Amino acid sequence: MSEPGNLDFSRREVLAIGGMTLASTALPQVAKAAAPQGVAPVLTRVTLDVNGRAHTLMLDTRTSLLDALREHLHLTGSKKGCDQGQCGACTVLVNGRRMVSCLSLAVMHEGDRITTIEGLGTPEKLHPLQAAFVRHDGYQCGYCTPGQICSAAAMLDEIRTGVPSHVTQDLLAPPRLTAMELRERMSGNLCRCAAYSNIADAIAEVAGGAAEPRT
Amino acid sequence: MRPFTYQRVKTPAEAAAALMQQPDTKVIAGGTNLLDLMKLQIEAPAHLVDVNGVGLDRMNVTPEGGLRIGALVRNTDLAADPRVRREYPLLSRALLAGASAQLRNRATTAGNLLQRTRCPYFYDTDQPCNKRQPGSGCGALHGYSRVHAVMGVSDACIATHPSDMAVALRALDAVVETVRDGGATRMIPMAEFHRLPGNTPHLETTLRSGELITAVTLPKPVGGVQIYHKVRDRASYAFALVSVGAIVQRDGTGRIAVGGVAHKPWRVEAAEAALPDGARALASKLMAGARTTAQNAFKVPLVERTIAAVLQQAREEQ
Repeated sequence: MSEPGNLDFSRREVLAIGGMTLASTALPQVAKAAAPQGVAPVLTRVTLDVNGRAHTLMLDTRTSLLDALREHLHLTGSKKGCDQGQCGACTVLVNGRRMVSCLSLAVMHEGDRITTIEGLGTPEKLHPLQAAFVRHDGYQCGYCTPGQICSAAAMLDEIRTGVPSHVTQDLLAPPRLTAMELRERMSGNLCRCAAYSNIADAIAEVAGGAAEPRT
Repeated sequence: MRPFTYQRVKTPAEAAAALMQQPDTKVIAGGTNLLDLMKLQIEAPAHLVDVNGVGLDRMNVTPEGGLRIGALVRNTDLAADPRVRREYPLLSRALLAGASAQLRNRATTAGNLLQRTRCPYFYDTDQPCNKRQPGSGCGALHGYSRVHAVMGVSDACIATHPSDMAVALRALDAVVETVRDGGATRMIPMAEFHRLPGNTPHLETTLRSGELITAVTLPKPVGGVQIYHKVRDRASYAFALVSVGAIVQRDGTGRIAVGGVAHKPWRVEAAEAALPDGARALASKLMAGARTTAQNAFKVPLVERTIAAVLQQAREEQ
């Protein structure tokens, strides 16, 4: 057990709250009526199993899984891109399946097995996907990379377990990781630098399909 | 986000009871739409009931030879289920056309049905929206309306229902099963589950207060060639401009449900008699009474052309 969580507002949270107050004075009456007024935060104890270690935290029920990982456990590999489930930068594995950690509450994951990029590999012992991303230069700024790699790791498992995709020709045959399949299955991870071709090469190499032609 | 209290429940009955215990209570399952809306305070529940542990995550064959899908079956698991892929491929195809893998891994069958519109005026709290704030007006009617509805619209709302899965369920004649506090159950055909906007666009389904979805049941398989064709602004991970879910039999008869054009999956059973006569004959009946804006008028011919493409593909696959 560890105790990295603290209930103090971080500087970032204070700034966010300040920004909200400022914004709400400019909003029309419609939106103002919905703003929180004197409702106290609700704290609850949550035990999260992250990268093989149990962490017990006292969290505001509103805390997303992503914020619990980043702000309370200081696992800052998972990134906050859009915070609304569209970019995939916060992708982590929950019980082995990929999901966006920004659209889930930490309190909903009591007992779940959570794996972040920090749990996939270490600088000394890289996960094969991490090594392949380095080799293929599968990034420019690197912000989307942890999400891309977590997503790719789970995606390869989905292929192995026979989960079809939108571009799978035959729903009754085991899917193969073609270039089309790879791109479709990774479409939940955006890269604003557009390093997609190198990302695809890195994943294809690990999957053993490096020779697939680009479309 | 407004602070809320949180409760985990173990049975559907417990969940239904919790819904009646205090006002402003919401059920959370996958959370992929609800939390998005809570961050924007479009949804602001005071209490959340987490139903992930109630055990409604299984699929069973019904005595009639159909399939009963638990409310909590994740979109990925439903799409990948061997029976669904074999007997109800339209449902697999529709699910796989929606969202991203990360979201499908979390999103549930019931949650998919209950997701809210992605109308930008609904999402922007600076804008009027009769769905978000009844009586405030509709920003889309005379605003940006390219993605909006053309069938069954009202002066109050031209939002679409965003679900792909629901289009397939409508074509497959699925039935939504519910329970209320006290144990009363109800079967709601998909045709009656979602409402048209009328003067009350904030009411999106025929669920009653405190009613909880427990399952969606499919009748026994109907065979045929099953196709889901989704037209969107990019090839993946985008909502439909128009989508067509089709079941086409060898003799040319069949069923067509359309997404992206109305406040609910759009199907007109009476129009399906024209299916053997081709896309134009069918679409003219299916889309009769369309009410368009300058920006979304393209959807009416696009529906016809998408149906034509689907019928062509069906002929090739037969």
